[in-house]
Amino acid sequence: MKRSGLTYRIISYIILLLGLGIVAVPIWYMVSTAFKPQTMVFELPPQFWPNPSTLDNFVKALTTDHFGLYAWNSIQVSVVSTLLTVLVSSMLAFAFARLKFPGKEILFYILLLGMMVPPVMLIIPQFIVAHKLDLYNNLWGLILVYVTMNISMQTFLLRGVFEDIPRDLEEAAMIDGGSPFTIFRKIVLPLSGPGLSVVVINSFLYSWEEYTWANVNIGDSLNRTLPIGIALFQTEHLTEWGQVFAASLIALIPVVVIFILFQRYFVQGISTTGIKG
Amino acid sequence: MRAKKARYQIIPAIIFLLPGFALLFVFFVGPLIYSFRISFYDWNFAHADRSVFVGFANYITQLKSEIFQRAVLNTAVYTVITVAVKMVLGFAVATLLNQKLRGRTFFRVAYYLPVITSWVIVSLLFTYMFSGMGGLVNYLLKDMLHFISKNIMWLADDILALVPVVLVDIWKGVGWAAVIFLAGLQSIPVEMLEAAEVDGANGWQRLTGVMVPMMRGTLVFLLVVLVLGGLNAYVPFQLITRGNPMDQTHSILTLMYRATFSRMDFGSGTAISYMLTIFVFLLSMVQLKLLRKPAGE
Repeated sequence: MKRSGLTYRIISYIILLLGLGIVAVPIWYMVSTAFKPQTMVFELPPQFWPNPSTLDNFVKALTTDHFGLYAWNSIQVSVVSTLLTVLVSSMLAFAFARLKFPGKEILFYILLLGMMVPPVMLIIPQFIVAHKLDLYNNLWGLILVYVTMNISMQTFLLRGVFEDIPRDLEEAAMIDGGSPFTIFRKIVLPLSGPGLSVVVINSFLYSWEEYTWANVNIGDSLNRTLPIGIALFQTEHLTEWGQVFAASLIALIPVVVIFILFQRYFVQGISTTGIKG
Repeated sequence: MRAKKARYQIIPAIIFLLPGFALLFVFFVGPLIYSFRISFYDWNFAHADRSVFVGFANYITQLKSEIFQRAVLNTAVYTVITVAVKMVLGFAVATLLNQKLRGRTFFRVAYYLPVITSWVIVSLLFTYMFSGMGGLVNYLLKDMLHFISKNIMWLADDILALVPVVLVDIWKGVGWAAVIFLAGLQSIPVEMLEAAEVDGANGWQRLTGVMVPMMRGTLVFLLVVLVLGGLNAYVPFQLITRGNPMDQTHSILTLMYRATFSRMDFGSGTAISYMLTIFVFLLSMVQLKLLRKPAGE
């Protein structure tokens, strides 16, 4: 490594910067288009920063087509499904990590099956079930399906986290007469902060960005979530690209905030999903 | 070590398992079985009791349909190209970022940005960049690099329309593959690589002799997950090509969607998704078998 250290380092930087350019160009193009007046959207050569630039697209995106309502729907759906996913999958994970009960293996296989079956293949029967349960065109229809589609992976992840907690602590609590519920609430959950954060991030991003099921289950325009609203900007206002990307950037704000705040958990989330070597 | 039965914690177990498994049975296991049944019927959505049993007809019709065959081909090509490119580039980026470089964290964050940007947004972005008139890609190819002499109508051609779909997946996915590879690389003890170097192994030998065998788990995981994702491609096809022109650019799942919700042919839709699922399941098994063999064998 020492022989050609410097050359190697320079080549590394050149390749990394090249890659950075490829990553950055589309993102930059999206940001600058969001500030372009409609007349400049297809102007060539594309300007690095639009002159004149305008905030009109953001104003229009926010004020037309119930955009605010879509955002509010998305917030409700994402927050509730995140809370439910955390609760339900940590309970399942606790049962699989700590409790003894008959049929444990079969139930665990059913859970794992949830990680293998592609979500889209379930859309037709889920649509029928949603209709029967009166969940069609209802935000609860989105929430319950998002939680279901998430729990397999998140339970699997949390089971690993819970198993790493030393049992001595629990045995001490058991001797003091603690029930499994006390152990779950007082010992296991408080000690699993990072693992639970990963679950929060995963399930929030999933519900915030989900398009396919929302597109099927929501018929009425008043119940749309943001991804549906943004996708419709393209078809309803065929060439209003500035508005499309202004809306997209607004939708990206929470994602970027979460990413910056919890950056280390993203990597941790990957290393705790059980792919150690 | 008393009798095992006495130690079962049945009541707490039921309480902890009930919410999760209630959801799984209603929205996952139930639908899984239900859709299997639907796939053998000419399904009547409004009056399920009037549905007509047709045996394997839905499956056979699809297998014979040219649009279905084309969708299978599109999906296969898309999967092979995107998985291969993402694995290679992801590994390259991971190796570069695994060194002690100034600005390493910055590069990691930057490369991960496309990953966290939603599918809907990146699909719309690439549609815009590949616009026939005034699109960025044509501008770069024609006016800056002079590779082409007139604008390419990407989305009007049944083969060229797949280019933005493939590229968006690669652009969005390399960062994720790189982070997974990075986790795998960091689990290799530095001493092993140093020992190999002392023994005179060159870069290629260190790669094939030490890194690949040590990262078998990571490779299997990535391969399985990426292939699964590729075969299930939906949003980029749906938002970029929409199956146009002439239904020649569907993925398997956009075709399923079209059969089901545009034509209300639930039987064909479920038949398509069952064929895909069975194939995905078998393929995952084969991949796991092939790659799970310990390095020594």
